[in-house]
Amino acid sequence: MQDLTFRVQRYLPGKDSKPYMQEFTVPMRQGLTVLDGLIYIKENLDNTLSFRSSCRMGICGSCGMLINNFPMLACHTPVEELNTDTITVKSLPNFPIIRDLVADLDPLFEKHRSIDPYIVMAETGDLNKLTAQFLQSGEELQSYLQFAYCVKCGLCMAACPTVSTDEFFLGPQPLCQGYRYCTDRRDTGAKQRFEKADSGHGVWLCHLAGACSEACPKGVDPALAIQLLKRAMVFDSLRLRKKPEPATPAQPIAESKPKIEVPEFTVKQ
Amino acid sequence: MTTNATSGENRHLPNRLGIKGWIWGGNYTIERYLYTLHRITGLGLLLYITLHLVMNGFRLGGAESWTDLMSFFSGPGFKFGEYLVMAAFIIHALNGGRLILQHLGYTLGKPKPPVYPYVDSLRRRRPILWIMLFIIAALAIYVLVEFVT
Ligand code: SF4
Ligand code: SF4
Ligand code: FES
Repeated sequence: MQDLTFRVQRYLPGKDSKPYMQEFTVPMRQGLTVLDGLIYIKENLDNTLSFRSSCRMGICGSCGMLINNFPMLACHTPVEELNTDTITVKSLPNFPIIRDLVADLDPLFEKHRSIDPYIVMAETGDLNKLTAQFLQSGEELQSYLQFAYCVKCGLCMAACPTVSTDEFFLGPQPLCQGYRYCTDRRDTGAKQRFEKADSGHGVWLCHLAGACSEACPKGVDPALAIQLLKRAMVFDSLRLRKKPEPATPAQPIAESKPKIEVPEFTVKQ
Repeated sequence: MTTNATSGENRHLPNRLGIKGWIWGGNYTIERYLYTLHRITGLGLLLYITLHLVMNGFRLGGAESWTDLMSFFSGPGFKFGEYLVMAAFIIHALNGGRLILQHLGYTLGKPKPPVYPYVDSLRRRRPILWIMLFIIAALAIYVLVEFVT
Protein backbone atom coordinates (compact mmCIF):
# COMPACT_ATOMS: atom_id res chain seq x y z
CA MET A 1 0.00 0.00 0.00
CA GLN A 2 1.18 3.48 -0.86
CA ASP A 3 2.43 5.89 1.80
CA LEU A 4 0.26 8.86 2.69
CA THR A 5 1.28 12.50 2.93
CA PHE A 6 -0.20 14.23 5.95
CA ARG A 7 -0.08 18.03 5.65
CA VAL A 8 -0.68 19.13 9.21
CA GLN A 9 -1.28 22.64 10.52
CA ARG A 10 1.17 23.65 13.24
CA TYR A 11 0.95 26.60 15.57
CA LEU A 12 2.67 27.18 18.89
CA PRO A 13 1.45 30.32 20.67
CA GLY A 14 4.24 32.59 21.80
CA LYS A 15 6.61 31.12 19.20
CA ASP A 16 4.80 31.17 15.85
CA SER A 17 3.26 34.39 14.62
CA LYS A 18 0.86 32.45 12.38
CA PRO A 19 0.05 28.82 11.61
CA TYR A 20 2.08 26.95 9.00
CA MET A 21 1.82 23.53 7.37
CA GLN A 22 4.19 20.64 8.01
CA GLU A 23 4.37 17.42 5.98
CA PHE A 24 4.70 13.90 7.34
CA THR A 25 4.77 10.54 5.58
CA VAL A 26 2.51 7.94 7.14
CA PRO A 27 2.36 4.28 6.05
CA MET A 28 -1.09 3.32 4.76
CA ARG A 29 -2.91 0.32 6.15
CA GLN A 30 -6.44 -0.90 5.73
CA GLY A 31 -8.95 0.86 7.97
CA LEU A 32 -6.58 3.68 8.91
CA THR A 33 -8.45 6.73 10.14
CA VAL A 34 -7.15 10.29 10.07
CA LEU A 35 -6.83 10.10 13.86
CA ASP A 36 -4.74 6.90 13.55
CA GLY A 37 -2.47 8.81 11.16
CA LEU A 38 -2.05 11.66 13.66
CA ILE A 39 -1.34 9.20 16.47
CA TYR A 40 1.28 7.53 14.24
CA ILE A 41 2.94 10.93 13.69
CA LYS A 42 2.92 11.70 17.42
CA GLU A 43 4.33 8.29 18.38
CA ASN A 44 6.92 7.94 15.63
CA LEU A 45 7.73 11.23 13.93
CA ASP A 46 7.08 14.28 16.11
CA ASN A 47 5.88 13.99 19.68
CA THR A 48 5.24 17.74 19.91
CA LEU A 49 2.18 17.49 17.64
CA SER A 50 -0.93 18.45 19.62
CA PHE A 51 -4.47 17.28 18.91
CA ARG A 52 -7.44 16.28 21.01
CA SER A 53 -9.17 12.91 21.05
CA SER A 54 -10.69 10.56 23.54
CA CYS A 55 -13.20 7.87 22.58
CA ARG A 56 -11.87 7.15 19.06
CA MET A 57 -15.37 6.12 17.99
CA GLY A 58 -17.33 9.26 17.19
CA ILE A 59 -18.96 9.60 20.57
CA CYS A 60 -17.08 12.16 22.65
CA GLY A 61 -16.91 14.86 19.95
CA SER A 62 -13.30 15.79 20.82
CA CYS A 63 -11.52 15.24 17.52
CA GLY A 64 -13.28 17.70 15.19
CA MET A 65 -10.83 19.03 12.60
CA LEU A 66 -10.83 20.50 9.11
CA ILE A 67 -9.87 17.53 6.95
CA ASN A 68 -9.32 18.21 3.26
CA ASN A 69 -11.32 21.41 3.68
CA PHE A 70 -14.35 19.85 5.33
CA PRO A 71 -15.08 19.73 9.07
CA MET A 72 -15.02 16.10 10.20
CA LEU A 73 -14.30 13.92 13.20
CA ALA A 74 -10.76 12.57 12.69
CA CYS A 75 -11.60 9.25 14.36
CA HIS A 76 -14.65 8.82 12.18
CA THR A 77 -12.91 9.48 8.88
CA PRO A 78 -11.24 6.48 7.23
CA VAL A 79 -8.48 7.65 4.92
CA GLU A 80 -9.86 5.40 2.14
CA GLU A 81 -13.03 7.51 2.04
CA LEU A 82 -11.03 10.64 1.20
CA ASN A 83 -9.92 9.12 -2.14
CA THR A 84 -6.53 10.83 -2.06
CA ASP A 85 -3.01 10.16 -0.78
CA THR A 86 -2.59 13.71 0.49
CA ILE A 87 -4.50 14.58 3.62
CA THR A 88 -4.61 18.15 4.84
CA VAL A 89 -5.54 18.54 8.49
CA LYS A 90 -6.19 21.93 10.07
CA SER A 91 -7.69 23.18 13.30
CA LEU A 92 -11.47 23.61 13.23
CA PRO A 93 -12.24 27.02 11.70
CA ASN A 94 -14.41 29.63 13.45
CA PHE A 95 -12.82 28.56 16.76
CA PRO A 96 -9.62 30.07 18.16
CA ILE A 97 -6.55 27.82 17.95
CA ILE A 98 -5.01 26.83 21.28
CA ARG A 99 -2.15 24.92 19.68
CA ASP A 100 -1.64 22.94 16.44
CA LEU A 101 -4.95 21.10 15.86
CA VAL A 102 -6.53 21.89 19.22
CA ALA A 103 -9.43 24.30 18.77
CA ASP A 104 -10.81 26.23 21.73
CA LEU A 105 -14.44 25.09 21.95
CA ASP A 106 -15.25 27.44 24.86
CA PRO A 107 -17.26 29.84 22.66
CA LEU A 108 -19.51 26.92 21.69
CA PHE A 109 -19.98 25.76 25.28
CA GLU A 110 -20.76 29.28 26.46
CA LYS A 111 -23.35 29.85 23.76
CA HIS A 112 -24.80 26.40 24.45
CA ARG A 113 -25.07 27.19 28.15
CA SER A 114 -26.68 30.56 27.41
CA ILE A 115 -29.75 28.97 25.77
CA ASP A 116 -30.72 26.98 28.93
CA PRO A 117 -30.09 23.50 27.53
CA TYR A 118 -31.96 21.58 30.21
CA ILE A 119 -35.53 20.83 31.19
CA VAL A 120 -37.07 23.85 32.90
CA MET A 121 -39.94 22.85 35.17
CA ALA A 122 -41.72 25.97 36.31
CA GLU A 123 -45.10 24.32 36.93
CA THR A 124 -44.24 20.74 37.69
CA GLY A 125 -41.57 21.68 40.19
CA ASP A 126 -38.08 20.46 40.84
CA LEU A 127 -36.91 17.53 38.68
CA ASN A 128 -35.02 16.10 41.64
CA LYS A 129 -38.12 15.92 43.81
CA LEU A 130 -40.24 13.90 41.41
CA THR A 131 -41.42 10.54 42.61
CA ALA A 132 -42.35 8.96 39.28
CA GLN A 133 -41.26 9.05 35.67
CA PHE A 134 -43.07 11.10 33.01
CA LEU A 135 -45.24 9.49 30.40
CA GLN A 136 -44.31 10.32 26.83
CA SER A 137 -45.64 8.91 23.60
CA GLY A 138 -43.39 7.62 20.83
CA GLU A 139 -44.38 10.58 18.66
CA GLU A 140 -43.46 13.04 21.40
CA LEU A 141 -40.10 11.38 21.76
CA GLN A 142 -39.49 11.56 17.99
CA SER A 143 -40.07 15.32 18.02
CA TYR A 144 -36.74 15.88 19.78
CA LEU A 145 -34.83 12.59 19.79
CA GLN A 146 -32.87 13.35 16.61
CA PHE A 147 -31.64 16.62 18.10
CA ALA A 148 -30.64 14.92 21.36
CA TYR A 149 -27.90 12.95 19.59
CA CYS A 150 -25.62 16.02 19.52
CA VAL A 151 -22.10 15.31 20.82
CA LYS A 152 -21.06 18.99 20.99
CA CYS A 153 -18.21 18.52 18.53
CA GLY A 154 -18.61 21.97 16.98
CA LEU A 155 -18.38 20.79 13.36
CA CYS A 156 -21.65 22.56 12.52
CA MET A 157 -20.27 25.84 13.92
CA ALA A 158 -17.15 25.43 11.77
CA ALA A 159 -19.31 24.83 8.69
CA CYS A 160 -21.78 27.68 9.21
CA PRO A 161 -21.11 30.68 6.93
CA THR A 162 -22.96 32.98 9.33
CA VAL A 163 -20.76 31.99 12.30
CA SER A 164 -17.75 32.78 10.11
CA THR A 165 -18.83 36.41 9.73
CA ASP A 166 -20.51 37.01 13.09
CA GLU A 167 -18.69 35.67 16.12
CA PHE A 168 -21.68 36.45 18.36
CA PHE A 169 -24.22 34.55 16.24
CA LEU A 170 -25.54 31.82 18.54
CA GLY A 171 -24.99 29.27 15.80
CA PRO A 172 -26.43 25.91 14.83
CA GLN A 173 -25.54 23.79 17.86
CA PRO A 174 -26.94 26.07 20.60
CA LEU A 175 -30.06 26.98 18.60
CA CYS A 176 -30.70 23.33 17.80
CA GLN A 177 -30.40 22.43 21.48
CA GLY A 178 -32.68 25.35 22.35
CA TYR A 179 -35.35 23.84 20.13
CA ARG A 180 -34.69 20.33 21.43
CA TYR A 181 -35.80 21.42 24.92
CA CYS A 182 -38.62 23.70 23.74
CA THR A 183 -40.31 20.76 22.05
CA ASP A 184 -39.96 18.42 25.01
CA ARG A 185 -43.30 18.04 26.77
CA ARG A 186 -41.65 17.97 30.18
CA ASP A 187 -40.21 21.43 29.63
CA THR A 188 -41.87 24.74 30.41
CA GLY A 189 -39.00 27.05 29.46
CA ALA A 190 -39.84 27.75 25.80
CA LYS A 191 -40.64 31.43 26.41
CA GLN A 192 -37.31 32.20 28.06
CA ARG A 193 -35.43 30.46 25.24
CA PHE A 194 -37.47 32.27 22.58
CA GLU A 195 -36.43 35.57 24.16
CA LYS A 196 -32.77 34.57 24.01
CA ALA A 197 -33.00 33.33 20.42
CA ASP A 198 -34.87 36.46 19.32
CA SER A 199 -31.82 38.74 19.37
CA GLY A 200 -29.68 40.51 16.79
CA HIS A 201 -27.29 37.56 16.91
CA GLY A 202 -29.99 34.95 17.28
CA VAL A 203 -32.10 32.63 15.22
CA TRP A 204 -33.01 35.11 12.44
CA LEU A 205 -29.40 35.25 11.24
CA CYS A 206 -29.63 31.66 10.03
CA HIS A 207 -30.29 31.88 6.30
CA LEU A 208 -30.59 28.18 5.75
CA ALA A 209 -27.36 27.31 3.99
CA GLY A 210 -27.72 23.78 5.35
CA ALA A 211 -23.95 23.46 5.77
CA CYS A 212 -24.38 22.64 9.47
CA SER A 213 -26.58 19.63 8.79
CA GLU A 214 -24.26 18.42 6.09
CA ALA A 215 -21.25 18.58 8.37
CA CYS A 216 -22.92 17.01 11.41
CA PRO A 217 -21.38 13.58 12.01
CA LYS A 218 -24.32 12.37 14.12
CA GLY A 219 -27.22 13.11 11.74
CA VAL A 220 -28.62 15.72 14.13
CA ASP A 221 -29.85 18.07 11.36
CA PRO A 222 -29.48 21.39 13.22
CA ALA A 223 -30.75 23.33 10.16
CA LEU A 224 -34.13 21.59 10.53
CA ALA A 225 -34.26 22.30 14.28
CA ILE A 226 -33.50 25.98 13.67
CA GLN A 227 -36.29 26.36 11.10
CA LEU A 228 -38.72 24.60 13.46
CA LEU A 229 -37.59 26.97 16.21
CA LYS A 230 -38.30 29.97 13.96
CA ARG A 231 -41.72 28.55 13.18
CA ALA A 232 -42.48 28.05 16.87
CA MET A 233 -41.36 31.60 17.65
CA VAL A 234 -43.38 33.19 14.82
CA PHE A 235 -46.49 31.20 15.70
CA ASP A 236 -46.00 31.99 19.38
CA SER A 237 -45.79 35.74 18.70
CA LEU A 238 -49.01 35.49 16.65
CA ARG A 239 -50.57 33.45 19.47
CA LEU A 240 -51.07 30.57 17.06
CA ARG A 241 -48.61 28.15 18.63
CA LYS A 242 -50.23 25.01 19.93
CA LYS A 243 -48.72 24.68 23.38
CA PRO A 244 -47.83 21.09 24.16
CA GLU A 245 -49.85 19.67 27.04
CA PRO A 246 -47.66 19.62 30.15
CA ALA A 247 -46.32 16.15 30.82
CA THR A 248 -47.91 14.18 33.61
CA PRO A 249 -45.94 11.90 35.87
CA ALA A 250 -46.87 8.23 35.62
CA GLN A 251 -48.72 6.67 38.52
CA PRO A 252 -46.36 4.76 40.74
CA ILE A 253 -46.73 1.04 40.13
CA ALA A 254 -48.95 -0.23 42.94
CA GLU A 255 -47.75 -3.80 43.04
CA SER A 256 -44.32 -4.88 42.05
CA LYS A 257 -43.66 -8.35 40.75
CA PRO A 258 -41.79 -10.67 43.09
CA LYS A 259 -38.06 -10.71 42.51
CA ILE A 260 -36.74 -13.60 40.47
CA GLU A 261 -34.65 -15.82 42.66
CA VAL A 262 -30.96 -15.80 41.75
CA PRO A 263 -29.88 -19.36 40.97
CA GLU A 264 -27.36 -20.67 43.41
CA PHE A 265 -24.59 -21.35 40.87
CA THR A 266 -24.35 -17.68 39.74
CA VAL A 267 -23.54 -16.50 43.25
CA LYS A 268 -19.89 -16.38 44.11
CA GLN A 269 -19.30 -18.40 47.23
CA MET B 1 -19.62 36.96 26.36
CA THR B 2 -16.08 36.45 27.59
CA THR B 3 -14.09 33.46 26.52
CA ASN B 4 -10.50 32.36 26.67
CA ALA B 5 -10.37 33.44 23.09
CA THR B 6 -11.23 37.01 23.74
CA SER B 7 -10.11 37.76 27.25
CA GLY B 8 -6.81 39.07 28.52
CA GLU B 9 -3.67 37.00 28.71
CA ASN B 10 -5.09 33.70 27.52
CA ARG B 11 -5.55 35.04 24.02
CA HIS B 12 -5.69 32.23 21.48
CA LEU B 13 -5.24 32.71 17.77
CA PRO B 14 -8.61 33.69 16.26
CA ASN B 15 -9.39 31.44 13.33
CA ARG B 16 -12.67 32.77 11.98
CA LEU B 17 -13.11 32.43 8.23
CA GLY B 18 -14.75 35.85 7.87
CA ILE B 19 -16.05 36.99 4.47
CA LYS B 20 -14.21 34.13 2.77
CA GLY B 21 -16.28 31.77 4.90
CA TRP B 22 -19.59 32.97 3.54
CA ILE B 23 -18.57 33.49 -0.07
CA TRP B 24 -16.72 30.23 -0.61
CA GLY B 25 -19.08 27.25 -0.58
CA GLY B 26 -16.25 24.69 -0.61
CA ASN B 27 -17.33 21.06 -0.61
CA TYR B 28 -20.87 21.80 0.51
CA THR B 29 -24.06 21.15 -1.42
CA ILE B 30 -26.30 23.34 -3.52
CA GLU B 31 -28.19 25.12 -0.69
CA ARG B 32 -24.86 26.46 0.54
CA TYR B 33 -24.18 27.97 -2.89
CA LEU B 34 -27.71 29.37 -3.07
CA TYR B 35 -27.01 31.06 0.29
CA THR B 36 -24.11 32.95 -1.31
CA LEU B 37 -26.04 33.62 -4.52
CA HIS B 38 -29.01 34.95 -2.55
CA ARG B 39 -26.81 37.44 -0.73
CA ILE B 40 -24.94 38.51 -3.86
CA THR B 41 -28.16 39.00 -5.86
CA GLY B 42 -29.61 40.89 -2.89
CA LEU B 43 -26.61 43.22 -2.75
CA GLY B 44 -26.75 43.62 -6.56
CA LEU B 45 -30.43 44.60 -6.45
CA LEU B 46 -29.74 47.05 -3.63
CA LEU B 47 -26.99 48.65 -5.71
CA TYR B 48 -29.32 48.80 -8.72
CA ILE B 49 -32.11 50.47 -6.75
CA THR B 50 -29.69 53.05 -5.37
CA LEU B 51 -28.35 53.86 -8.84
CA HIS B 52 -31.89 53.92 -10.21
CA LEU B 53 -32.96 56.49 -7.63
CA VAL B 54 -29.88 58.64 -8.22
CA MET B 55 -30.42 58.53 -11.99
CA ASN B 56 -34.06 59.45 -11.64
CA GLY B 57 -32.84 62.55 -9.83
CA PHE B 58 -31.38 63.71 -13.16
CA ARG B 59 -34.91 64.41 -14.34
CA LEU B 60 -34.82 67.45 -12.10
CA GLY B 61 -32.10 68.82 -14.40
CA GLY B 62 -34.57 69.04 -17.29
CA ALA B 63 -35.31 67.05 -20.44
CA GLU B 64 -31.89 67.57 -21.97
CA SER B 65 -29.81 66.12 -19.15
CA TRP B 66 -32.21 63.19 -18.96
CA THR B 67 -31.88 62.44 -22.72
CA ASP B 68 -28.09 62.70 -22.48
CA LEU B 69 -28.06 60.25 -19.61
CA MET B 70 -30.35 57.82 -21.40
CA SER B 71 -28.20 57.85 -24.53
CA PHE B 72 -25.17 57.11 -22.31
CA PHE B 73 -26.97 54.03 -20.92
CA SER B 74 -28.21 52.67 -24.23
CA GLY B 75 -25.08 50.65 -25.21
CA PRO B 76 -25.11 46.81 -25.38
CA GLY B 77 -23.05 46.57 -22.15
CA PHE B 78 -25.76 48.35 -20.19
CA LYS B 79 -28.45 46.29 -21.92
CA PHE B 80 -26.67 43.17 -20.66
CA GLY B 81 -26.42 44.79 -17.21
CA GLU B 82 -30.18 45.29 -17.27
CA TYR B 83 -30.61 41.64 -18.10
CA LEU B 84 -28.40 40.70 -15.14
CA VAL B 85 -30.58 42.82 -12.86
CA MET B 86 -33.65 41.02 -14.17
CA ALA B 87 -31.99 37.61 -13.70
CA ALA B 88 -30.92 38.60 -10.15
CA PHE B 89 -34.50 39.61 -9.43
CA ILE B 90 -35.85 36.26 -10.64
CA ILE B 91 -33.31 34.29 -8.56
CA HIS B 92 -33.80 36.44 -5.45
CA ALA B 93 -37.59 36.36 -5.66
CA LEU B 94 -38.01 32.63 -6.22
CA ASN B 95 -35.27 31.54 -3.83
CA GLY B 96 -36.62 34.06 -1.32
CA GLY B 97 -40.04 32.44 -1.61
CA ARG B 98 -38.50 29.03 -0.92
CA LEU B 99 -36.57 30.46 2.05
CA ILE B 100 -39.66 32.07 3.57
CA LEU B 101 -41.53 28.78 3.38
CA GLN B 102 -38.65 26.76 4.77
CA HIS B 103 -37.81 29.30 7.48
CA LEU B 104 -41.31 28.68 8.73
CA GLY B 105 -40.65 24.96 8.75
CA TYR B 106 -42.84 24.20 5.71
CA THR B 107 -41.71 21.60 3.16
CA LEU B 108 -38.94 20.38 5.47
CA GLY B 109 -40.72 17.41 7.02
CA LYS B 110 -40.48 16.16 10.57
CA PRO B 111 -37.44 15.14 12.60
CA LYS B 112 -36.41 11.56 11.84
CA PRO B 113 -34.30 9.21 13.93
CA PRO B 114 -30.77 9.45 12.54
CA VAL B 115 -30.09 6.14 10.81
CA TYR B 116 -26.77 5.83 8.99
CA PRO B 117 -26.14 6.97 6.25
CA TYR B 118 -27.68 10.21 7.50
CA VAL B 119 -29.86 12.21 5.12
CA ASP B 120 -30.79 15.68 6.34
CA SER B 121 -34.16 17.29 5.68
CA LEU B 122 -32.87 19.60 2.93
CA ARG B 123 -31.56 16.62 1.00
CA ARG B 124 -34.77 14.70 1.48
CA ARG B 125 -36.63 17.65 -0.04
CA ARG B 126 -34.12 18.26 -2.84
CA PRO B 127 -36.75 17.78 -5.62
CA ILE B 128 -38.42 21.03 -4.47
CA LEU B 129 -35.12 22.78 -5.07
CA TRP B 130 -34.70 21.27 -8.54
CA ILE B 131 -38.21 22.40 -9.50
CA MET B 132 -37.42 25.92 -8.26
CA LEU B 133 -34.12 26.00 -10.20
CA PHE B 134 -35.92 24.78 -13.31
CA ILE B 135 -38.47 27.62 -13.04
CA ILE B 136 -35.63 30.12 -12.49
CA ALA B 137 -33.80 28.83 -15.59
CA ALA B 138 -36.97 28.88 -17.71
CA LEU B 139 -37.80 32.47 -16.67
CA ALA B 140 -34.20 33.62 -17.18
CA ILE B 141 -34.17 32.16 -20.71
CA TYR B 142 -37.57 33.70 -21.50
CA VAL B 143 -36.38 37.13 -20.33
CA LEU B 144 -33.14 36.72 -22.31
CA VAL B 145 -35.10 36.01 -25.50
CA GLU B 146 -37.28 39.07 -24.80
CA PHE B 147 -34.15 41.23 -24.35
CA VAL B 148 -32.47 39.97 -27.51
CA THR B 149 -35.51 40.22 -29.82
S1 SF4 C 1 -28.59 26.46 8.20
FE1 SF4 C 1 -28.30 28.30 9.45
S2 SF4 C 1 -27.08 27.62 11.16
FE2 SF4 C 1 -26.94 26.03 9.58
S3 SF4 C 1 -25.10 26.55 8.45
FE3 SF4 C 1 -26.79 27.55 7.47
S4 SF4 C 1 -26.88 29.61 8.33
FE4 SF4 C 1 -25.64 28.35 9.68
S1 SF4 D 1 -25.19 19.40 15.95
FE1 SF4 D 1 -23.88 17.81 15.07
S2 SF4 D 1 -22.09 18.93 14.31
FE2 SF4 D 1 -23.15 20.30 15.70
S3 SF4 D 1 -22.14 19.99 17.67
FE3 SF4 D 1 -23.92 18.61 17.60
S4 SF4 D 1 -23.11 16.67 16.82
FE4 SF4 D 1 -21.58 18.24 16.37
S1 FES E 1 -12.17 10.81 19.57
FE1 FES E 1 -14.20 10.93 20.33
S2 FES E 1 -15.28 11.64 18.64
FE2 FES E 1 -13.33 11.33 17.81
